[in-house]
Amino acid sequence: MEQAQNQLVSSEAREKLKSQQGRIAFRALLFQLRAFIALILLFTFFALYSSSFLQANNLIILAKQAAINAILGIGMTFVILTAGIDLSVGSIVGLAGMVAGGLLIDGLVLPMFDVVIYFNVWIVMIITLCVGMLFGLVNGIIITRFNVAPFIATLGTLYIARGLALLSNNGATYPNLVGNPELGNAGFPTLGAGRFLELPYSIWIMIVLGLLAMFVASKTPFGRQVYAIGGNMRAAKLSGVRVKTVTMLTYVISGFCAAMVGLIITSQLASAHPATGETFELNAIAAVVLGGTSLAGGRGTISGTIIGAFVIGVLNNGMVIEGVSSFWQTVITGVVIILAVIIDQLQSRLQERKLI
Amino acid sequence: MSDEVILRAEQVTKVYPGTIALNNVDFNIYRGKVNVLVGENGAGKSTLMKILAGVEEATSGTLILEGEVIRPRGPREAEQHGIGIIYQELNLFPNLSVSENIYMAHEITSGGVVVNHAEQEQRAADLLKRLEQPISPKTLVANLRIGQQQIVEIAKTLALNVRILIMDEPTSALSNAEVEVLFRVIRELRAQGVSIVYISHKLEELMQIGDYITVLRDGYLIAEARIPDIDLKWIVENMVNRDAATLYTPPEHPIGSELLRVEDLTLPRPGKAQGYLLDHVSFSLNAGEILGIYGLMGAGRTELFEVLMGLHPYGTGTIWLDGKKISNHASVEQRIDAGLMLIPEDRQREGLIQTLTIADNMILASLRRYLSGFFLSSRKQKESVSRMTRNLAIKLSNPQNLIGSLSGGNQQKVVVAKALLTSPKVLMMDEPTRGIDVGAKEEIFDIMAELAQQGFGILFVSTELKEVMAIADRVLVMSKGCITANMTRAEATEQALVEASAIGHEIVKTGV
Repeated sequence: MEQAQNQLVSSEAREKLKSQQGRIAFRALLFQLRAFIALILLFTFFALYSSSFLQANNLIILAKQAAINAILGIGMTFVILTAGIDLSVGSIVGLAGMVAGGLLIDGLVLPMFDVVIYFNVWIVMIITLCVGMLFGLVNGIIITRFNVAPFIATLGTLYIARGLALLSNNGATYPNLVGNPELGNAGFPTLGAGRFLELPYSIWIMIVLGLLAMFVASKTPFGRQVYAIGGNMRAAKLSGVRVKTVTMLTYVISGFCAAMVGLIITSQLASAHPATGETFELNAIAAVVLGGTSLAGGRGTISGTIIGAFVIGVLNNGMVIEGVSSFWQTVITGVVIILAVIIDQLQSRLQERKLI
Repeated sequence: MSDEVILRAEQVTKVYPGTIALNNVDFNIYRGKVNVLVGENGAGKSTLMKILAGVEEATSGTLILEGEVIRPRGPREAEQHGIGIIYQELNLFPNLSVSENIYMAHEITSGGVVVNHAEQEQRAADLLKRLEQPISPKTLVANLRIGQQQIVEIAKTLALNVRILIMDEPTSALSNAEVEVLFRVIRELRAQGVSIVYISHKLEELMQIGDYITVLRDGYLIAEARIPDIDLKWIVENMVNRDAATLYTPPEHPIGSELLRVEDLTLPRPGKAQGYLLDHVSFSLNAGEILGIYGLMGAGRTELFEVLMGLHPYGTGTIWLDGKKISNHASVEQRIDAGLMLIPEDRQREGLIQTLTIADNMILASLRRYLSGFFLSSRKQKESVSRMTRNLAIKLSNPQNLIGSLSGGNQQKVVVAKALLTSPKVLMMDEPTRGIDVGAKEEIFDIMAELAQQGFGILFVSTELKEVMAIADRVLVMSKGCITANMTRAEATEQALVEASAIGHEIVKTGV
């Protein structure tokens, strides 16, 4: 009976079905790879258009800048996947730099024992990363235990961390962070200046963190649970996901990434300035969004974010060497972000109509 | 008997990528009649409705309204032709008043700018009067019961002077009393010359309210008939293409020793309200037993499951599972570890994560089992997913597709699979057959019986009497937060269940 019916399907309808399916698969692929395609197009454009773009030095500068944004974006991706947002990362970058700078120059002052402790550079870096994670933990606690909307909670800690960064040295810079061999804390600038296989350490850090994050996101229970929470918090809870703990951890990761960026920048400049990192949070969010992660949570990838960071990086770098005014650069970056989201919306609309 | 056709869909075909949702379907809507449309999930009912309501355009075919060909290019154009639709999910603004909802986007204004609230309220009051509903137009929709909200939806379409009103499963959230009201309204509308298209899975309802019936299956028109000429058996036969499902009889399963004991489970009403949502409920469940819980809306069935699952911080009581006590403070995941698992009522909102794939949804509650070292082993995941797909006969082309690509029945099976992968001892199923078609229902029953045979304890809630009677070994009836009856399969007659479920209600209704 069913077969007889199938034969009744008009040949016209069948033809339509067949040709549609091929086109759909192709369109779906284009959409999935859109950030990557944009990156290749931009790269090719500047490579053809400008003679100095492809020079090794320029590419390394480009990658160093993109790495900063990519590392922040990695942490931000976890947060946004849970349908949250972390506005405090830029301030944590600044605070982390000041913590590292302060520990190197002033040491840890313990007035009650009348001692000043100077730490080895490794310990300084570990303490700094811990401060970043602590701030992330505070974000997470405010959001999950006190039910404050992530936007508001991290807006608050944005101010708090920036204020603390300014307070730490009365608004002044910690200059010349070369350390003192006698105190056993020399060598901090190596993090920013050192290279391994021709590539600066910051790029390696991005690669390692990126690979690690990709594995965590796709291959660990934690990663799967992050996606679940962003997709449907109630269903995740009913499936036994510890929603609060997992959400909190995403902010800790974001805080860690921000402190890492703070260390990298401070080390590259060999000085810590309290205003470092202002508006970095917006760049990181832009990279995440360009990479195809949905601000509504549940959809997105780490690799997309890294590609997104490089799209912004190539765009800025290319425009700089072409001498485009930095004011125009800002305008164009904004246009690109909006375009990315429009394409994202287009994708979901087409998906709804089953056209891709 | 020749009733007049007001709207005729001729040879309508709708091709979606990957599927042909409708295949040369003819559909008649008779003037001033209730036209019932039935079919299993995926039969093409929704697609046909969307085409009539202008939400989708047909790939080919024509719509003829009172002799004229129309091509509505959006819901607004369909409205202008007098075609209105009420979706299964209510589309109301709880933060606005009844009259504001009724005239949303069609506001009555003074001079085209300022909303004329007085006029809107006056007209809304008239409409509600026509529907014989004593609802004040100034009430906030949030303060109305679901049944009343449905009436507001109907008033909304009446405000547009609809001639054809499409209702997609309007009773799925209504209590029996509210269904009565709705039916009265439908009959009045019919008397006023409004043609109604009525979609529902509840076959008894269709027999009660319908004048004409159209059956779709797999995108084809199967049959059209006058309701007086047919019976339930005819509908089921045409819908599922096999002999009418006689009353389901579960296969034999031996009942073991006590698995779950619940004592004095209590949940006070939230806020300052007095009384209990769950009033000192005690019962026990044996291994291999299917325990049905029947009750009207608000009887406390869902709350019972939620407290057992640890979702209400103020719920108290003593729970013994397999001889071990579960603390009142145990978290959801501790309870899952102990062997309790809930299959929630609302698949979309509580059971599944739409942004994840079929496989990811299935393994979500049991992730730790697939670890090798720090990472999830894709081999272990795949093995579990394919085992469940096989055991539960889930129809899927690729487990890496998004969950939304499955039909309702198969989505429900994925939720069951997710629960089973946690190795539960007691499964709590809240309305496990809601919104799935006849064929899939039977499969879900089979799965339940099979699980009982394997020694699981199964608690399940249903508002459908026939279901409870068909599958349960024992039935608890709840009313107003209390257990009002505990009957064996033999004792649980329709009469007895309905009477027990009405204990504590002012108006005691018996019979169906």
